Amino acid sequence: MNLAAAILVDGLIDASWLFIVAVGLTLVFGVLNILNFAHGSLFAIGAYAAASAVGWYYGGNIGPAFFGYFMMLGAALLVAVVIGPLLERGVLRLFYRRDEVVLVLVTYALFLILEDATKLIWGVDPYYAYEPYGLLGNVSVFGLSYVGYDFALVGLALVTGVLLWLGLNRTITGKVILAVIHDRDISAAMGVNVNRVFVLAFTFGVFLAALGGAFTAPKISVQPGISISVILLSFAVVVIGGLGSVEGAAIAALIVGLARSAAIHLMPSAELFIVYLVMALVLALRPEGLFQRTTARKI
Amino acid sequence: MNYRGFTIRLLAAAAVLGAWASGASAQDDKVFKLGFVAFLSGPAAESFGKPAWDSAKAVIEALNAGSVIKPYDKVGFGGMKIEVDLIDENRGATKQVEELRNAFERDHVDAVLGYIGSGDCLAVAPAAEELKKMLVLMDCGTPRIFEENKFKYVFRSAASGAMDNIAMARYLAKQGLKVTDIGAIDQDYAWGQDSWKDFKGALAQLEPDAKAKVELWPKFGAGQYGTEISTLLQEKPSLVYSSLWGGDLEAFVLQAAPRGLFKDRLAVLSASDHVLQAVGNRMPDGVIIGARGSNGQFAEPSPINDWLVAVLAKARPGVNPVQPHYRGAQGVLGLKTAVEKAMAANGGKKPTTEELAAAMVGLEWDAPAGHIKMALGDGHQAIQSNAAGRTKWDADAKMVKLVDIVRFPAECVNPPPGIKAADWIAEGFPGAKCN
Repeated sequence: MNLAAAILVDGLIDASWLFIVAVGLTLVFGVLNILNFAHGSLFAIGAYAAASAVGWYYGGNIGPAFFGYFMMLGAALLVAVVIGPLLERGVLRLFYRRDEVVLVLVTYALFLILEDATKLIWGVDPYYAYEPYGLLGNVSVFGLSYVGYDFALVGLALVTGVLLWLGLNRTITGKVILAVIHDRDISAAMGVNVNRVFVLAFTFGVFLAALGGAFTAPKISVQPGISISVILLSFAVVVIGGLGSVEGAAIAALIVGLARSAAIHLMPSAELFIVYLVMALVLALRPEGLFQRTTARKI
Repeated sequence: MNYRGFTIRLLAAAAVLGAWASGASAQDDKVFKLGFVAFLSGPAAESFGKPAWDSAKAVIEALNAGSVIKPYDKVGFGGMKIEVDLIDENRGATKQVEELRNAFERDHVDAVLGYIGSGDCLAVAPAAEELKKMLVLMDCGTPRIFEENKFKYVFRSAASGAMDNIAMARYLAKQGLKVTDIGAIDQDYAWGQDSWKDFKGALAQLEPDAKAKVELWPKFGAGQYGTEISTLLQEKPSLVYSSLWGGDLEAFVLQAAPRGLFKDRLAVLSASDHVLQAVGNRMPDGVIIGARGSNGQFAEPSPINDWLVAVLAKARPGVNPVQPHYRGAQGVLGLKTAVEKAMAANGGKKPTTEELAAAMVGLEWDAPAGHIKMALGDGHQAIQSNAAGRTKWDADAKMVKLVDIVRFPAECVNPPPGIKAADWIAEGFPGAKCN
């Protein structure tokens, strides 16, 4: 029982983190049809920005401790507002009519540029934002001690997922975005300002990547190289869920999180293998991923 | 055409070129061109590459200024100024081989010192040997380099990683710390696997009742260890062992300490001194720490150690010197000793690669971490003393101090010549000379 509970709780916590870091990638793919290699770098920039903001806030004893969480949120927003439109209007827009492979290469170039830009701004020394990690105390589940912050991440993932779903399905802007996801040419013909949707969606994708980084920062040492593992896992999640599907990302994150948790508890050496086994199985049975609808080819 | 004028101009140009060439040659003899390789970017830059370079740079600048204490007080290397070509170790072994070739063949460096990653060391060593060029490995841990190969031009100025884990096991035994079962968490690549194998083997010799209970293998750069920590908490081993390093180790400690993983059990972090300053009071008291040699807080007071600490305090104020600082300085001082030994033998001329390699074989020198001997691998692989201790947060000094330190002579934790580290451990350390 304890083992099952531990697998479940650890899987849920892991899945929440995976969902937060991967959902931005799937949203950007859904709207812009771009597999954004730079997603990991945006995650890293979010982590750096949050660590800087948190360090400044707690270093100066500026206000109540819990306000540090808002600093992290604010840092993610700032990253999105500054970088999102800049990348979309300044770079990606120029390549929309090119082959998809060219766009992948462009985002890979952006990944390399952003990695170096991050080093230029923050250097290679590590940054820490550990104060918010301990603010929520510990929680005991079936005799195992967990840090309350990890459960707050579960809450953050739920809120992010629900708001994103409501935003896409229950608002006019969301419906417009869904229309563009469905068919950008018809949407444009119907008078939708597709360019504006692109900027909005990409900026929101950047925000989600940065949010993942910002709320991961308190648990880690923020330093060069943190983007690599994130981009690999995010790809696995969105491929399993179906490129462009928010619901798919949620379910895939849950599957991957639980599979990883079960592997670590029961067969630790299979931890890495299990993620790609799940991916291979899903791709074998449903090549388009769990949640992506099969689309008719345009002629 | 005025052929006479043209010939005169040609001869004049040749004379100028000749003078320049001979000047350049004379200039070459006054300069020792050193390629220095370390991670300047990527995940290992902060923990190892940058500190190693900071330290090597400070030592080289002091050597060029002639301001190092005796016996290192001669300017540069034997009077030759040291010029450094700095090379980033990031982006994989294939690139490193290419960079090494460029350093020797295009940039004409006299020797290359560096490399932190074991994979990089294994890749560049045969390349240097093929080029017949002097390569001194400074940091990487794998014992395989000289256990599985014979080189003429390749050396390693620091001990291999096997010594770290033997020292950890010896510390537990010497302190009478009883271990019944072990939970291990190590990165899933050569360093993690070798470290765990060596520690498990060494402890089996010293505390035969200690059994491995759980082995966890997160990938390098994982960053998230929640599930691994739950597994360790659930298995309740009497000792948690880890060879994690850098950002991975910092994340592990930041996530494990609040969950009480280090409470009421022993914990061994075999190569962890370099994270103590970053983690600060989040590192629990009583954790057993290694520094891959008598480095940092484990270094015994000596003139050269005191000098290095003072120089680094100026070069990097507020940074506590740790293992990569020590290994960077150790490599530079070792190479200097070899160059000057070779010059003493050849009448004071700049040594050829052959002369330099011959001088380095079996070399001994005093480094900040103690006395270094090129004792293994036919005189190509260094051995050095090691130490272990336990963490204790000092609130006044606002730093983690290391207490209950136990020191181990080089011959106690390194195998004697002619036997592989793994075999030496398996045979129960025959010929070990401990205090």
